[in-house]
Amino acid sequence: MSNQSSYPGPDSIVRRVLPNGITVLIYENFASQTVVIDGGVRTGALAETAEKAGLAAFTASLLMRGTQKRTFDEIYESLESVGAEVGFTAGRHMTSFSGHSLVEDFDLVLDIIAESLCRPVFPPEQVEQLRGEILTSLLIRANDTRYMATLRFYETLYGREHPYGRSSSGYTETISAITREDIVNFHNTWYGPKGMLVVIVGAIKAEDALARIEQTFGAWENPQQPELPPIPSAAPPAQLTRVQTSLPEKSQTDIVMGLPGPLRSAPDYLDASLMNTILGVFGMMGRIGKSVREEQGLAYYAYSQLHGSVGPLPWYAVAGVAPENVEKTIESIRAEIGRMQNELVPEDELEDSKAYRIGSMPVGLETNSGLASVIGDIEFYQLGLDYLQRYPDMIREITPERIQAAAQKYLSTEQLVVSVAGP
Amino acid sequence: MSLPVYKTTLDNGLTVILKEMHHAPVASFMIWYRVGSRNEKPGVTGVSHWVEHMMFKGTPTFPGAELDRMISREGGYWNAFTWLDFTAYYETMPSNRIDLALQLEADRMVNTLMHPEEVESERTVILSERHMYENEPRFLLNEELTAVAFRVHPYHHDVIGDEVDLHNMTRDDLYNHYRRYYVPNNAIAVVVGDFQQDEMLSRLNELFGHIPAGEPAEPVTRQEPLQRGERRVVVNGPGDTAFLTVAYKVPPATHPDYFPLVLLNAAFAGGSSLGVIGGGSSNKSSRLYRALVSNGLAVAVSGGLGPTVDPFLYGINVVVRSGRTLAEVEDALDAELARLAQEPITEMELNKALKRARAEFVMAGESITGQAQLLGLAETVAGDYGWFEGVLERLNEVTLDDIERVRETYLRRRNRVVGWYEPEVMAG
Repeated sequence: MSNQSSYPGPDSIVRRVLPNGITVLIYENFASQTVVIDGGVRTGALAETAEKAGLAAFTASLLMRGTQKRTFDEIYESLESVGAEVGFTAGRHMTSFSGHSLVEDFDLVLDIIAESLCRPVFPPEQVEQLRGEILTSLLIRANDTRYMATLRFYETLYGREHPYGRSSSGYTETISAITREDIVNFHNTWYGPKGMLVVIVGAIKAEDALARIEQTFGAWENPQQPELPPIPSAAPPAQLTRVQTSLPEKSQTDIVMGLPGPLRSAPDYLDASLMNTILGVFGMMGRIGKSVREEQGLAYYAYSQLHGSVGPLPWYAVAGVAPENVEKTIESIRAEIGRMQNELVPEDELEDSKAYRIGSMPVGLETNSGLASVIGDIEFYQLGLDYLQRYPDMIREITPERIQAAAQKYLSTEQLVVSVAGP
Repeated sequence: MSLPVYKTTLDNGLTVILKEMHHAPVASFMIWYRVGSRNEKPGVTGVSHWVEHMMFKGTPTFPGAELDRMISREGGYWNAFTWLDFTAYYETMPSNRIDLALQLEADRMVNTLMHPEEVESERTVILSERHMYENEPRFLLNEELTAVAFRVHPYHHDVIGDEVDLHNMTRDDLYNHYRRYYVPNNAIAVVVGDFQQDEMLSRLNELFGHIPAGEPAEPVTRQEPLQRGERRVVVNGPGDTAFLTVAYKVPPATHPDYFPLVLLNAAFAGGSSLGVIGGGSSNKSSRLYRALVSNGLAVAVSGGLGPTVDPFLYGINVVVRSGRTLAEVEDALDAELARLAQEPITEMELNKALKRARAEFVMAGESITGQAQLLGLAETVAGDYGWFEGVLERLNEVTLDDIERVRETYLRRRNRVVGWYEPEVMAG
């Protein structure tokens, strides 16, 4: 993998689409006697209503709590007896699974993923058990400054009617109101093979892995499985909008501020992404980190994030500061946004971020989990199997003008939601 | 695949540990200093961690902003961490760029500047880090509990340091600590990844060999006296959720009882079978999970111990389920501990823990950075990288009798501290 032509690509990734709609991607890697299996089905918080917020996550968390074949105790006894890990999480656009084990235990992991996904029984006592655990976790969340600043940011930026404007873990009222029937119906409707992804990376021959997937999932059907609803667009607020959450007796205040970002499929997505690297990632958290932490000593963390997806997920900056430094920090971040929009980034600064984005690829592809995650993204966002090989040149071509254009198009110093949670 | 570990000591006392791994074009360089909060005295608590921050502020050759820029633009990532017994720095880079990491670590072992104005600017960053932890109920509980557990030994205070010391410490305190402990004979260099051993060794000699040895660190002599009776601590603070921690004094990494305790915890609480912090998978089939979480008293439970130089703690941490009380949960935990005495760990439970150890060990071997960290940790706290490399053999030697003996010896009421976090917001 020392040069870009040896990154995983069309010659080394096996890709098959099964007749029932499952896309399988396999990458052999015999460096270690382990296998990672990642993937997901096309459902998530997008498929739930505001009244049932948290239903997708509740359902996903119940999958491993009893199947037609095994009880909760039997599932975990068998996995934990061999040190294997399996987990399910519902995101907004996808309900994902992940398994990691020694190669000798791959069959067990695959069987448990399959029976949890296709044949869960949702035992009533487990529904109540898990409901109590979720309600407790929501209370912990309600007292966490960072979590609350983030939650209020999404709610304010997108509004409760937009699927991004609600917590995908739900709320006390919605989790209390969800019935077992809601969960069973949600699973029957939304879980199916259409659009499902499976990525396998590790010490297993591609043909063997493919045969196992065909044998396990080839017969799965759900004729009523709908397409996920389209994701509404989102506009930034007309002017700077502040929202404050009071959490008495906390020591520190968290700030989350930003606006809706570009889609992953936007033609200028990599421009925006590289712009964000300069602004809030490179080195010690980019220009924002340099200003807020290194020069002013206001915060332990201050950075920005952009994860383009199939909907307008946000660009946002985050900082944890003393309550008396909130205004100064917000102004500093706005100043850095303004500088990004108004001044061309100097060539050497741009080169630094480009070198970082290209140079860090081998490090991210070091483990089976890292490889599986990158290959999964390539498929989910339809970037093409040769994406990793093309990527360095796409980054190299970006100019200071393109960075500035992305900053002008996707950022704003005024049209921001600023969410503050603390004492 | 990986090759055997090579260890040597340079003339100036720097310990060198090398392990070639060629599955990816990546290498990780670490330097471990045998200094942490264990070496700190009242008045300068937190100094080791603060010095760690100052090490990123630069030298005449590599000014701070430049350091960061150079590593990042080569596609590397770097960071550092401070714990009870050590301060460690690492860089993971594409392997053809790893020399930069060696150069800058050799340089900043000696030449870190610590400008007074940078010390002041970092003071507020460190205070902000402390306040970030204080926002977490579990930190507040853990800090008080550890202070109650260790009346004499410097494990008494948290690694971040006491707020008052973070306000009062001077640039001289920081600089003197740096000069005193950042010497080759108090350090371990670890390189793991895609390189050639001979070339790496001669390069380390070139870059580090000329740095003069310093005075050996003074031994930490304030050992904790025998605990005589259960201690209890209650912390009140904001929130709606109660947390329980029960912590037992246990021996250090090099003690023969350490691995039996690791397996006891793996079987009882489902914690890591390798005895390092982190790692391990879910614990839903463990006795403790079934007794507390499946029975509806708690939403999470975990047990863990980590390798330390001096005796430290085996902690059982429980998040109380909404609607349940700390007293109920503590009673249920005690009942399960009593059952453990009546029905000791079985051969089946031991075998399960051992198989998990093997899986954890192989998975830990996937990451070059992870390997460097585990080898360095072993060498630092146990004085022998083989503590980790040979962990599976050591675990396999443990018998059911050993496990029952360490349970009987350490999991006693008089040897423990019970901590309650009771949510309660001050009026007004």
